[in-house]
Amino acid sequence: MKALAKTLRLSALQMALNCGKNGSHLGAGLSSVEIFAALYGGVLKYDLQNKEDENRDRLVVSKGHCVLSYYSALRQAGFLTDEDIASFETNGSHFHGHAMRNLEKGIEFSGGSLSMGMSFAVGQALACKKKGLSSRVFSIVGDGECDEGLIWEAAMSAANYGLNNFVIIVDRNKLQYDGPTAEVMNQIDLGDKFRAFGFDVRVVDGHDVDALAKVLRAPSEKPVCVIADTIKGKGVSFMEGVKTWHHSVLTQEQYDQAVKEVENV
Amino acid sequence: MFEINRMTARTCSMLGQRGSIFGLAALDAAKEDDKFVLLTADLATLSGMDRYIKTYADQFINVGIAEQNMVGISAGLAAEGYHPVVTTYATFVTMRSCEQIRHYLGYMQQKVVVVGSGAGLSQGFAGNTHYTIEDISMMRAIPNLQILSPADGASAAKLFHVAMASDKPVYIRLTGNLNCPIAYKEDAPFSIGGSNKLREGKDVTIIACGTMVSTALSAAKKLEDEGIEASVIDMYSIKPLDKKAIMEVKDCRLIVSLEEHSKMGGLGAAVAEVMCEQTGFPRLLRLGIADFFDLACDYDGLLEQNRLTVHQITEDILKAL
Repeated sequence: MKALAKTLRLSALQMALNCGKNGSHLGAGLSSVEIFAALYGGVLKYDLQNKEDENRDRLVVSKGHCVLSYYSALRQAGFLTDEDIASFETNGSHFHGHAMRNLEKGIEFSGGSLSMGMSFAVGQALACKKKGLSSRVFSIVGDGECDEGLIWEAAMSAANYGLNNFVIIVDRNKLQYDGPTAEVMNQIDLGDKFRAFGFDVRVVDGHDVDALAKVLRAPSEKPVCVIADTIKGKGVSFMEGVKTWHHSVLTQEQYDQAVKEVENV
Repeated sequence: MFEINRMTARTCSMLGQRGSIFGLAALDAAKEDDKFVLLTADLATLSGMDRYIKTYADQFINVGIAEQNMVGISAGLAAEGYHPVVTTYATFVTMRSCEQIRHYLGYMQQKVVVVGSGAGLSQGFAGNTHYTIEDISMMRAIPNLQILSPADGASAAKLFHVAMASDKPVYIRLTGNLNCPIAYKEDAPFSIGGSNKLREGKDVTIIACGTMVSTALSAAKKLEDEGIEASVIDMYSIKPLDKKAIMEVKDCRLIVSLEEHSKMGGLGAAVAEVMCEQTGFPRLLRLGIADFFDLACDYDGLLEQNRLTVHQITEDILKAL
């Protein structure tokens, strides 16, 4: 899984370079790498021969701006082709800057409008329960995204319906568009909030793939909230914790330096 | 399948449009389809769902007062093969959840039927928060979303089944209260993109939707006393719109649109969009709700303030001729 994380990080950088002057969401693309590595490295249950298999686990990527790592993970898992990756953010491509639902490509949800994914995922988890499936439904949100009211409507309902097949993963990189989350809208203790809403909360180092996999796999009586403490722009010294890398242009020179840093870890 | 006859027309009139759907049609739908699921945001009792809930408890979800989450959960259920219907007051489901309807139903094309009740001014003394005069305008601009607005209780039940049978998302706009006026005494064809001409007349064509169809029929009778022959079209499918039906009335002296909705962006605007791209049409008189919020008033008084009573409509049509 560690090797997969490195591959995803390098792939994300390559995709960002290919975007040229359009730029891309590097900050969240790099903070979420280990989350995708853990999920596609063994946690998620899926069948490439039967992509719409009812028994698959569902992954609803609500924070749509982490596509650099998401598409890279889908490529490594075998859902996307090199051509798909090369078409990212090109005219006429299916691959927007925020992913668009396409089960054939392993994409469960159209992300981009924050908080929409969690509510949808609660509906899927409810449906899986109704159908008696053992599938689990995972949804990735950002910590800034938790400013949205719909997150809390969805959280309340997940506990109300006893959805212990539902796992919300918060990529807590502590930085949103306008600056540190604590300064823009202080969430005080996000874990306490989810706990109060009836979740089994697990706080973990979001760049430790093994620790992530462990908490993602562990079953619970309640809906689970995994708070993954991450660093925006993780792995590239000049991007880490710098808000302007939320969405930015990567030059060839910066790319070369970034790749060197990632490869030497 | 539900049929309109004198008896069902009377029962549905008593129940109103909302009661006809949730007290009758939804039970038929649940009986025929175990994937049918009804969701509401704390409006079960008022919507007349008691019998439904007793009979189909497993096919009922109350999400509490959380309209946005209701639409989100319904989309997740639809993605898993369920056939969800969500409902609450039209104002809250279309405005509080506007982006959810755009995102999950429009963009992601999840087949959900949204039923908004109490649209227009029927909520009377509840006040402006509860009136819905902008929904057609907002919903019409969302790609992939279809819009139906039934004229009476019985046709609400018919159109509910039409919406369930469609493979695309639908917004059903319900107007009026209990004891809804009857526009259909016998069965008629209903389809997405269709309309029904309920009265023939060569001088004026009134194109109406919702309970205003009955008002239009009464106005047409008054016009007859004045020697004016008016036809009345129930334009129950607002999107897609029955353009052919509009093209067929080019030869009359005046076209009138009539709706319990803001004059901006509603049925009148949809009709105008068809007419303005063609030649040879007569003048269009758009009757609807003015651009303001009203002071406290009962339903009849609100209609009067907006010149939507039978007498005022007749007067305005005669003036325009």
